[in-house]
Amino acid sequence: MEILLSFLVGALMAVGVYLMLRPHLIQFLIGFLVLGNAANLLIFTAGRLGSQFPPLVQPDGAVLEPYANPLPQALILTAIVIGFGLAAFGIVLFYRAQQALGTLNAEAILEAPEPAPAPSPVDEVREEVAQ
Amino acid sequence: MVVASIVAFVGALTAPWLHRWLGSTAGWALALLPLGLAVYFASLLPDVVEGQTLRHSLAWVPSLGVNFSFYLDGLSLLFALLITGIGTFIVIYSGGYLKGHPNLGRFYLVILLFMASMLGLVLADNVVTLFVMWELTSITSYLLIGFNHSEFRSRRAATQALLVTAGGGLALLAGLILLALMGGSLEISELLGQGQVLREHPLYLPALILVLLGAFTKSAQFPFHFWLPNAMEAPTPVSAYLHSATMVKAGVYLLARLQPALGGTEVWSSALMVFGLATLLTGATLTFRHTDLKRLLAYSTVAALGALVFLIGLVPLTDYYAAMGFATFLLAHSLYKGGLFMAAGAVDHEAGTRDINQLGGLFRVMPLTGVAVVLAALSLAGLPPVLGFIGKEVLYVAALQAAPAWMVGLAVLGFAAGAMLALLLVVPFFRGQPPQAVHEGPPSLWLGPLVLAGLGLLLGLFPGLYNPLADAVASAVKGKAVAYHLKLWPGFNLALLLSLLTVLLGVGLYFLYPRLQAWMAQEPIPGPENAYVALLRGLMRLAAGVERLLQSGSLRAYLVWTFGGLVGLVGLALFHGGVLLWPAGASSPKLEQVLLLALMLLGTIGALRLRSHLAMVVVLGIVGAGVALVFLLQNAPDLSITQFLVETLTAILIALVLLQIRNIGSVPRGRWLDKAVALGFGSLVTLLMLGVLAQPLELHLSQFFAQKSLPEGFGRNIVNVILVDFRGLDTFGEITVVGLAGLGVWALLKRRQREERP
Repeated sequence: MEILLSFLVGALMAVGVYLMLRPHLIQFLIGFLVLGNAANLLIFTAGRLGSQFPPLVQPDGAVLEPYANPLPQALILTAIVIGFGLAAFGIVLFYRAQQALGTLNAEAILEAPEPAPAPSPVDEVREEVAQ
Repeated sequence: MVVASIVAFVGALTAPWLHRWLGSTAGWALALLPLGLAVYFASLLPDVVEGQTLRHSLAWVPSLGVNFSFYLDGLSLLFALLITGIGTFIVIYSGGYLKGHPNLGRFYLVILLFMASMLGLVLADNVVTLFVMWELTSITSYLLIGFNHSEFRSRRAATQALLVTAGGGLALLAGLILLALMGGSLEISELLGQGQVLREHPLYLPALILVLLGAFTKSAQFPFHFWLPNAMEAPTPVSAYLHSATMVKAGVYLLARLQPALGGTEVWSSALMVFGLATLLTGATLTFRHTDLKRLLAYSTVAALGALVFLIGLVPLTDYYAAMGFATFLLAHSLYKGGLFMAAGAVDHEAGTRDINQLGGLFRVMPLTGVAVVLAALSLAGLPPVLGFIGKEVLYVAALQAAPAWMVGLAVLGFAAGAMLALLLVVPFFRGQPPQAVHEGPPSLWLGPLVLAGLGLLLGLFPGLYNPLADAVASAVKGKAVAYHLKLWPGFNLALLLSLLTVLLGVGLYFLYPRLQAWMAQEPIPGPENAYVALLRGLMRLAAGVERLLQSGSLRAYLVWTFGGLVGLVGLALFHGGVLLWPAGASSPKLEQVLLLALMLLGTIGALRLRSHLAMVVVLGIVGAGVALVFLLQNAPDLSITQFLVETLTAILIALVLLQIRNIGSVPRGRWLDKAVALGFGSLVTLLMLGVLAQPLELHLSQFFAQKSLPEGFGRNIVNVILVDFRGLDTFGEITVVGLAGLGVWALLKRRQREERP
């Protein structure tokens, strides 16, 4: 199973990198998220598979063997949540970039006219809080 | 000696304060520093003349054999005396020449630092100390040449001098290290005794070439001579010092110093003689192109340096004439060149021009400078009764003894140009009318030239005064004791005839000069400087090319370089390190899981082929859901739930944004390079993973968490306990990150609303 997963992770990594190399920033983001998923799967597989039970302690204090390795799971849980934070911020950022620059093509953005300087978001948040 | 060099450096550092405190008299006060050092070195004369050598050492990095060790014999003593003695007059002269200059304090600082570095260079015994001092002279001379830093030409000349000499310095470092490895010591005094070993070592030739590169660049030998005349952009005191006693003499010093160790082979003698002669002739020829006093003197320095290198090449071939000629000609040149430069500066300072065609009748208004120039010019022309005559005589005797006739003939030609130059310099003092309102400068301007030129006359009339030190210098260069009787009048011999011929040729050239000058100055002559410029341009173009390649500003290019580089480097390490392993003892696959993996792979690739933006969201959905299912099937329920939630939310978000964006554009076809990089990276990850899986698994930490979860964390879900208890701080950081991301999203969206409101 681990060997099969090694090949699947490799394939997903390739898909992720391929999408990241597309000129469109939405595809870049999706590629990046696919890459993240593949990385999670990599860590998971490196902790070994083939368990019979989840890592739960029975009321009597014993753990049913063979249980799944809990350490990679804890690490991955953190990674998933952080990945979501990144995804959400990236999506909104690209959405705003599209509105300001009129394109999400990474090559075209280089040539896009500079948008008028706007007050920094920090100032606006500060104002908002003051109100 | 150690104390002397420390005093020189520390003294230099006080210069700016002294200047501020003393004002215009600071030059005289600061001259006490080199004067004191000169007196100290003069006090060592009796010992050194008797053949003693002094050595002092201060541990620096003893474990590597690197020491601040200093060594004094005849050769280093002559140089030390020249550096401090001429330095004294240079400092006095600077006070008059640069009077009122806003940066005079800084000038004193740098020129005294330069003097201290030069002093350290000629005294150093350890090759590392020598190299450090060598580079210090390069750096301080850079600051001196570029002293008028608001001028473009100054900056360019300074950079050129620095690049050429410091580049040669790097070659020298490699050469010195090779020598140290071959001879088994970092101390030059010990290497000198290893001559036999060094010359027979297979690395002799590479080491020699590297050392010669260092010395030739520093001493402006052909084809590196071009930086020296350009360095004329420096204020005159700097030129006078650089040309007479320091900097350009450093390479000559190094060659003379290493002569006993490296000399004696055919390649040594022929390389030095050929390049020396080529430099002599280059300097002599280029003299004809100029009418500017300083430029003329600069090319005559190039010629003199060539003569000195030629002499060092002759040393092993003659019994003692060449060594003696070196000792005499070196001193004579330093004295007359220092004097002539300072006099030229004085003329420029008072008359406002350095063009020999516009100067005239100066002797009447500047008699003291005039006397100095006449005496120094006699030395330059090699006429009796001054030291330059003796130097040139001994040189001719040495050349006649060992050099082929054609070389002697070329040397005579080179010196004839010197005689012509002497005439060119003297004539403006006597012929024609003086420019309006020109008068003798203050004592600080004529003292130095007069004393230096007078010394040349004194030593020419009484060569016995210099004879003991000259013997010591020649012994150091020759590598064994030399005793030779210096005479002003050697009697009639072939060398005297050659001298006569030189002077006659010089006078002839003088009458040809106006026509030759007009002809040669017409068009630029291609020289090695063009190669230097081309090299610099090429370097800049290369840098620009690399920048365009790596820093293109294109996201895709960056990613290709990053991933491609990763694949290349890690892949190389994988194949070389032999970590291509196949894991044993992996768990056996179950049918439903295999089906799941196949579904993920096929679904992803299928969706990719659709080439629509929404299909890309489908790719993300398939991968996300598939991974969640793998988690579920492999007993990781927490991960599975979280993954499902997150993937669903992400997919919805992206789809919403895609719907909002109107002119989204089409999905272009993938390029083969992208595919290759992606496939390469995927394969690399698979190989790495297989390698990781082949290693035994360390379960210590996992078992610890499983055992302590209930008794110490009071929770039965081990994963949750790890997150909120054992690694709680990590989780806190994670929450912070997500919170900040949320704030960012809010700020971005808020701003949009505000823009739309008014």
